[in-house]
Amino acid sequence: MILLLLMWEFFKTGLFAIGGGLATLPFLYEMSVKTGWFTATDIANMIAISESTPGPLGINMATYVGYNTAGVAGAILAPIGEVLPSIIIILIIAKVLEKFKENQIVQDVFYGLRPASVGLIAAAGVEVVKVALLNTANWTGFTLASIMATVNWPCLGLAALLLVLTRLPKIKKAHPLYFILGSACVGIAFGYLGWS
Amino acid sequence: MKILWELFLIFARIGGLTFGGGYAMLPMLQKEIVENKSWATEEELMDYFAIGQCTPGIIAVNTATFVGYKVKGILGGIVATLGVIAPSIVIITIIAAFITNFMDIAAVTYAFAGIRVCVCVLIFNSVLKLWKNAVKDIPALVIFLAIFFLSLLTDVSTILFVVCSGAIGFAVKAISRRMQAKKEGGEAK
Repeated sequence: MILLLLMWEFFKTGLFAIGGGLATLPFLYEMSVKTGWFTATDIANMIAISESTPGPLGINMATYVGYNTAGVAGAILAPIGEVLPSIIIILIIAKVLEKFKENQIVQDVFYGLRPASVGLIAAAGVEVVKVALLNTANWTGFTLASIMATVNWPCLGLAALLLVLTRLPKIKKAHPLYFILGSACVGIAFGYLGWS
Repeated sequence: MKILWELFLIFARIGGLTFGGGYAMLPMLQKEIVENKSWATEEELMDYFAIGQCTPGIIAVNTATFVGYKVKGILGGIVATLGVIAPSIVIITIIAAFITNFMDIAAVTYAFAGIRVCVCVLIFNSVLKLWKNAVKDIPALVIFLAIFFLSLLTDVSTILFVVCSGAIGFAVKAISRRMQAKKEGGEAK
């Protein structure tokens, strides 16, 4: 019974949370108040864990809540409940799209959507830059001292190195995985050197 | 059957390597789906991301469903989606079961500081690639810049951005076609 209830609650979250991981947050807070399955502190912890594990926040949260509420079965069924609405909706859209792909109107609409899509991704990238390369807490204004303290110089150096590496012939063909693993090692080294 | 298994494995690998939200998945998708497998084109990826922005659910999941459907129909869509969420389920279950202080492990925090830098650079490279495909004329450049700055500086819902850009794209194309027709009509006279 609890399993069905779990699936249903996350099904609703999946249905109404539009626009990516953080959009699920308001639904999670509401669920926490209504069901008492988890607390607001659990949600905060989960955001932190999600930032440090692969995978979408919504799925991680559903798994975490599912496990704590109903064990391994809950950990599997809650995320499945969460993705069920989008699977159904996307399959319908994909089917319709397949039919109207050659349609002039659809193509014109996509002509406008593509640059918008890239704009949204670029803006999301800026948010990642803020977290990864800057210590925004140190920002006090446009002074040299403030800029020096705000920029995370070792990380900026790593970013510059990666920018060059991902453009070198041969190396640039490598799977992104290798760059990620390498950066993780450099991050650990920075950490123990006290540079981060 | 083999292709379904392949879909599952490749999306599980992408899901297992997506650190830092749905957009971080983009470099992986470009590598695995566009370059290695040719299951979709760069343009189609952008379309999926745009549609994923204004439909319910997680963008990473929606993109997996789209690509899976394109490769192997409804079953493919379901299998690819299960693949992309499988690593999260396994990893989070292990963390929830055994590690109560995951975030307190210093090496984990340090490693992720490094990974975040890498994700920045990878997203930047992905955006550059997509940009070349999507922004080929002035109206497209205007849409790109407008959406980039608006979404950075305002709290307006992304759905509104996506819907408006679609409408503008349609209008721009309709007007330019009409002008083209007029010009040709004029020349014919």
